Amino acid sequence: MSEMTSSGSAKVTLPTDTQILITREFDAPKHLVYKAWTTAELVKRWWNAKRGEVTIADIDLRVGGTWRWVMVTDDGFEVAFHGEYRELVPNEKIVTTEVYEGMPDAAALNTLTLTEEDGRTTMTLLVDHASREHRDGHIESGMEAGMQDALDLLEQVAISLR
Amino acid sequence: MARAATTADAFNAVAEPRRRQILDVLAGGERPVNDLVRALELAQPQVSKHLRVLREVGAVDVREEGRQRLYRLNGRALKPIHDWVKSYERSWSERFDEMDVVLEDLKRKEQEDVGDDE
Repeated sequence: MSEMTSSGSAKVTLPTDTQILITREFDAPKHLVYKAWTTAELVKRWWNAKRGEVTIADIDLRVGGTWRWVMVTDDGFEVAFHGEYRELVPNEKIVTTEVYEGMPDAAALNTLTLTEEDGRTTMTLLVDHASREHRDGHIESGMEAGMQDALDLLEQVAISLR
Repeated sequence: MARAATTADAFNAVAEPRRRQILDVLAGGERPVNDLVRALELAQPQVSKHLRVLREVGAVDVREEGRQRLYRLNGRALKPIHDWVKSYERSWSERFDEMDVVLEDLKRKEQEDVGDDE
């Protein structure tokens, strides 16, 4: 339960009951980070997380345009996500819906922001599972509702776990 | 991540705000049920119902002391939630490590392009 984050790793926090916030710094200017998020050939290179192969990375980069990314893991499990771009500010911001196709009813709204300082980019990705009806009706959303509190609790009891 | 729709699951147990409140109170130390009734401003049967769910997943333990039943938090039962967040964090970290490689390539190409123009 020690702090695992270094400057090079993604940090995940849970700002509210329905949100997940991922932050990461990159040693590159923001226009390149934006390019990595919005270019199919590049997405295919990084989105696999070394766990498989990205077989589809469709990107129709315009407001109202859709994207669909599919990965097949090394053990043959297919993971597919799709969504629709809602707002695009070149090199700075991408707002898109995101649906995990294994759970098609639970759409999230993702807001990616990029800020640059001295050639380095800070990326924040806010995943917002805003639908209350989901939170109340679904296990998965309920899970998120409880996570931050549970984590806070775990911090408090961490000593007893050692 | 697929789980059966049962309350016998740490995720479900903490999904209910009242149950999180109980865990919050117990995080401060062992408490008799009356303390929880007071802290939550709920009727005892409701508090007992929530405590039953929390006990089923092992998030709280109970022991008898004289005429009192004392409840305490068992953080271990909440570990799956902590693990879920950590594994989520790990998978994104791995993606972004890959993105670092892509970005290095893009930076190099840009520099080469600038070089070509000169």
